[in-house]
Amino acid sequence: MPMTEQATGAHHPQPRPRSGGQQSAPEHVTGAQSLIRSLEEVGAETVFGIPGGAILPAYDPLMDSKRVRHVLVRHEQGAGHAATGYAQATGRVGVCMATSGPGATNLVTPIADAHMDSVPLVAITGQVASKAIGTDAFQEADIVGITMPITKHNFLVTKAEDIPRTIAEAFHIASTGRPGPVLVDIAKDALQAQTTFQWPPVQDLPGYRPVTKPHAKQIREAAKLITQAKRPVLYVGGGVLKANATAELKVLAELTGAPVTTTLMALGAFPDSHPLHVGMPGMHGAVTAVTALQKADLIVALGARFDDRVTGKLDSFAPYAKIVHADIDPAEIGKNRAADVPIVGDAREVIADLIQAVQKEHGEGHAGDYSAWWNDLNRWRETYPLGYDQPDNGSLSPQQVIERIGQLAPEGTIFAAGVGQHQMWAAHFIQYEKPATWLNSGGAGTMGYAVPAAMGAKAGQPDRAVWAIDGDGCFQMTNQELTTCALNNIPIKVAIINNGALGMVRQWQTLFYNQRYSNTVLHSGPEADGKQPSAGTRVPDFVKLSEAMGCHAIRCESPDDLDKVIEEANSINDRPVVVDFIVHEDAMVWPMVAAGTSNDEIMAARDVRPDFGDNEDD
Amino acid sequence: MSSKHTLSVLVENKPGILARIAALFSRRGFNIDSLAVGVTEHPDISRITIVVNVIEALPLEQVTKQLNKLVNVLKIVELEPGSAVQRELVLVKVRADNETRSQIVEIVQLFRAKTVDVSPEAVTIEATGGSDKLEAMLKMLEPFGIKELVQSGTIAIGRGARSITDRSLRALDRSA
Repeated sequence: MPMTEQATGAHHPQPRPRSGGQQSAPEHVTGAQSLIRSLEEVGAETVFGIPGGAILPAYDPLMDSKRVRHVLVRHEQGAGHAATGYAQATGRVGVCMATSGPGATNLVTPIADAHMDSVPLVAITGQVASKAIGTDAFQEADIVGITMPITKHNFLVTKAEDIPRTIAEAFHIASTGRPGPVLVDIAKDALQAQTTFQWPPVQDLPGYRPVTKPHAKQIREAAKLITQAKRPVLYVGGGVLKANATAELKVLAELTGAPVTTTLMALGAFPDSHPLHVGMPGMHGAVTAVTALQKADLIVALGARFDDRVTGKLDSFAPYAKIVHADIDPAEIGKNRAADVPIVGDAREVIADLIQAVQKEHGEGHAGDYSAWWNDLNRWRETYPLGYDQPDNGSLSPQQVIERIGQLAPEGTIFAAGVGQHQMWAAHFIQYEKPATWLNSGGAGTMGYAVPAAMGAKAGQPDRAVWAIDGDGCFQMTNQELTTCALNNIPIKVAIINNGALGMVRQWQTLFYNQRYSNTVLHSGPEADGKQPSAGTRVPDFVKLSEAMGCHAIRCESPDDLDKVIEEANSINDRPVVVDFIVHEDAMVWPMVAAGTSNDEIMAARDVRPDFGDNEDD
Repeated sequence: MSSKHTLSVLVENKPGILARIAALFSRRGFNIDSLAVGVTEHPDISRITIVVNVIEALPLEQVTKQLNKLVNVLKIVELEPGSAVQRELVLVKVRADNETRSQIVEIVQLFRAKTVDVSPEAVTIEATGGSDKLEAMLKMLEPFGIKELVQSGTIAIGRGARSITDRSLRALDRSA
């Protein structure tokens, strides 16, 4: 099969760690001006943040910048998640800015979130003056120490002359290799001091050399295993999206004919509608995808990390499978599951090389025959499709709400989810066909991610529709950023899947804690035990709350109004729209593998264990 | 099952590097037996010698791979006991009076250690060596009464003419 022009595996233009080119003429500026000039030069066109004492000098030249747009958020956590959403939707580095002390510590959650999901993020924080560091000064916090374990790298800058080099290095580290968050903490006196600005600065990172080019022998070995396998699975993770390797992935999948499963972080890396796609793996994965991995004789992991939500109980995960594990981060290979063929490299280069190696194998008459495997896969797919029941009492089914939002959304819509049941339903019932259409907090599981991430995505992709699929619990954590959206012309749409409860926790209480609903009821007061039926969270009144924040707000309680309401929301593009969908509280996420059990124990629905006609003759 | 390995880690001499390494070990659940930090022949490079106690579930490979991800880490070399010289330093204050002092001095000589301070009630001994030798010496001194003991982390260097710093220095010079 000829490769498309897009999929020739051309090497990424990697920013050079050391620049040999001509430097600009020196400009005499303050440290703060040199920070803003540096942000302009690295192409940071949007920054989300809030000023405060220590970062104040930086906000003065920021006001005059023609190239950097600053979005004033309402909470620093919103700035961090917005930068993350921006990065995930655009592929560029997201930037957030905060002051010292509490401003900086409010960034901790989004930084940890970006770290878990390998999102390129640069966080710039003000620090107290260098002489005051260590004296418990007003609004002092050791943010470099605090974020050491949750950043790819971080810097404390105490001299104005170090600012341009540090910013260049931060963007380089954040965006290359395995992407991740980098924090730059700048002392106030460094921002105020006089210095000279020259671009590009000479970078000094002798210990940072990410390997992108895979080893040819390992690629040949992997191609051999792929053609020899009887039951292979391509296990695709978020690394494929980050490496822009989706075109190559499609070629490889079609060339081999192997089934593809895309993780929660990789939805959109391979079209959901493609016949080779068998769904999402993991705790709430499709029966076919989970079972395919369990029965596979070869797993080709591409930019995935064998996370516990994918593997379930590790020692019973994929017991028959040989493992080809390709990742840009060598530390991921062999961390959870030993690899038979380890490949360190950028997913795009790895897959492009694999395509050639498999073509060579085919040329020599070695092609894989997976027809028996596809018989099994298709049987599972037909018997155990994703689905849901309509509630008997005529109330709205949350799954149907999400499914219809997906079906009625304009082409190219970006979806951002919070964390919980609505996140899993959004993963299941919306079709993802293209990269950068699905944003969520996968590794950290950060409730409250959706609204600010959607804001960041819309700021970076103003021409695309952005729907946040949120829960009533999540929404109450970060909804204040709707004010930011309303005032800054960032017209996102928010669907509150309002079941009056912390739904995913409630589901676990239903299944594993004898229906004792301890502190998961949001719809009534502190004495609530969950026995009184929910009509959704009404305090606060989300419609009034959203209207107060300058949004168009609608409530939907009946299936009859569903399409009309969604269309109304889709038609309004001059301000944010919030739809409060009052949904049935007892809906559960299926399939499910209970925590700590083997993926063999997957339940397709409550009390329904799939029958695979298990003949363990392997 | 656990086993000990000696790692020489060359790092950029930057603030916070020791915190980065210590925090990495603690958050990943790796056990440090001993740790020694010092300058090298190059002012911009420090050398950290870590004796790591590896349990089966977290193999050495994970330790070195995670260390390698730290941006300020330049190079990691495992020094095998057979092909490297490993030394620790102890300073030990032992109870000694006119009766026991000469016996203690005899032990000091047997282990080629040094007496560095003497007072009517105690002697202070300086000894260097591998951990086996020092352990044996301390065992011999124990009956006299050890009043105070201070011990350095292990430092180690490979045998032969090759230097593990050569290439790292060149990388550093290129970028400077």
